[in-house]
Amino acid sequence: MSVLVVMEQTGGGWHRIGREALAAGRHLASEMKMPVAAAVLGAPEAIATLAAQVASEGVGVWAVGHPLLEHYTPDGFVAALQQLVSEVKPAFVVFPHTYQVRDYAPALATRVGEVLVSDVIAMQVSDGAATFTRQWMGGKLNAQYRHTGSGPCFVSVQAGSFRAEQDAGAAAAEVRQFAPQIDAAQIRTKPGEPFREAARTVDLGSAQVIISVGRGIGEQENLKLVEELAGALGAELAASRPICDAGWLPMERQVGSSGQTVAPKVYVAVGISGAIQHLVGMKGARTVIAINKDPDAPIFEVADVAAVGDLFEIVPAVTRALKG
Amino acid sequence: MKIVVAVKQVPERDAPVHVAADGRGVETGDAWTMNEPDAYALEEALQLKERLGEGEVVVLSAGPERVESTLREALAKGADRALHIVTPEDGVGSLAERDTLGVAQMLAEAVRGESPDLVLTGLQSDDLGAGQTGVVLAELLGLPHATLVLSVDAEAGAKQIRVKRELEDGWFQQIEIPLPALLTIQSGGNRLRYATLMGIKRARSKETKQIDAASPSARHDEVVRLVLPERTRQTEILSGAADQIAAKIAERLKAEVGI
Repeated sequence: MSVLVVMEQTGGGWHRIGREALAAGRHLASEMKMPVAAAVLGAPEAIATLAAQVASEGVGVWAVGHPLLEHYTPDGFVAALQQLVSEVKPAFVVFPHTYQVRDYAPALATRVGEVLVSDVIAMQVSDGAATFTRQWMGGKLNAQYRHTGSGPCFVSVQAGSFRAEQDAGAAAAEVRQFAPQIDAAQIRTKPGEPFREAARTVDLGSAQVIISVGRGIGEQENLKLVEELAGALGAELAASRPICDAGWLPMERQVGSSGQTVAPKVYVAVGISGAIQHLVGMKGARTVIAINKDPDAPIFEVADVAAVGDLFEIVPAVTRALKG
Repeated sequence: MKIVVAVKQVPERDAPVHVAADGRGVETGDAWTMNEPDAYALEEALQLKERLGEGEVVVLSAGPERVESTLREALAKGADRALHIVTPEDGVGSLAERDTLGVAQMLAEAVRGESPDLVLTGLQSDDLGAGQTGVVLAELLGLPHATLVLSVDAEAGAKQIRVKRELEDGWFQQIEIPLPALLTIQSGGNRLRYATLMGIKRARSKETKQIDAASPSARHDEVVRLVLPERTRQTEILSGAADQIAAKIAERLKAEVGI
């Protein structure tokens, strides 16, 4: 019985959350008193260096190499990992909760007759049994899951939930090559090269003060309330996804897992409920001031100042107070 | 092109959320709505049909009787007919008693009967947020899939489509995918339409077929308990008169920002 961590790489570099998944997997393995190994997938020549790097930190590595894994496809990755899982027979398979993992891990779990516990923010082991915490209702509840199936337990961990760390003192571990059988005919989709629509013109990542607006603003014309506040503070304007989906602000002003990650001195969240997808983008802020009419809004869990009330009264009053 | 859109009914966004007495279920009151990401999937299906000038949009949902209001909403927006997999509200056979795989198996059974060219669903649900049903459904149906799709480029009678999918950090990717296929739709690719009065009227004459839900298979995971999240910071809570709250916020901002 062991823990297998599936890392994620692109173009010879690690995906940041992959390192966090490794930390989560090592923690789980130590609590469960099991060995841990990592897996890295890609074209054989592209993954050699990365595999060696993880092995040098004391974690055994499966280098899952195949020319058909050079460009990610769900068919290629599911086929390769199904073979690796049937070879290694791990008790737990831990993934980073990335877009790529969301694209194939549920299919992998299904193919081996199991389910994936996705988007896990914490894990706990007591009496040799592991429970995994994930959020329900946009963060209003934490649900603790236990695996009851007979096969491997598949888990994906959310960004920022586990601290990526390196064990500098460990003795180097082994890299084992695993060559999956994949046939080009198995790969049904043809992926194109990644592209960007336009250069980003707003770098929220370096902003010191951010006023961020969510669904609570109600209508596009109400945005002027937050624009005036941002003006009074010399702050950048940002938003949660629904505001950008509606076209009220450009997509490049979105904060969260599908937008930018920010770490300003002050982050003012106006009418934002605080789903995990938003929180992962802003919880590095030094001071969080949240204004929301719902006292149970999850944003208040990460707020230093929680203002429970009507943003349409509070925001203009703050602007007046700053100008006065 | 025949398109099946799988939609979920979820509690209204502002619905009060309480943990049930057994510590494992949720009580959210009686306000229900169509899962927003699924509304984007429905929108994409309706626009595809309009662009191609032919085809059929079949909306599919599993759940108790109340799900009919969500199906009616989809019909009013322009779906041609509806399939309702009827489950009990709670207890044995209810959605809560089935895991992701179990729910997808019910949906798969209904989709197989339709043999569509395309199956669409939202990328995740607003209530449980697992973000898996579409991908699991594709695997069960043996269909190729793409997730986080923002737009679909299809021609009438074509054997394959091109989709634009969202990657992380502002990147995108085009994928070519043969039909039949399953796509999970990301929000923001389209603007959602409202049901018109005419649409609501027309929906009354559209067919909703009820399907008995298969008996549930054993879950592969279980929810041990539900707890309220803990605050991670020392939080100063401001409530009361707006002017007083605003004065305190302004004071804090001046101190932090240095104005």
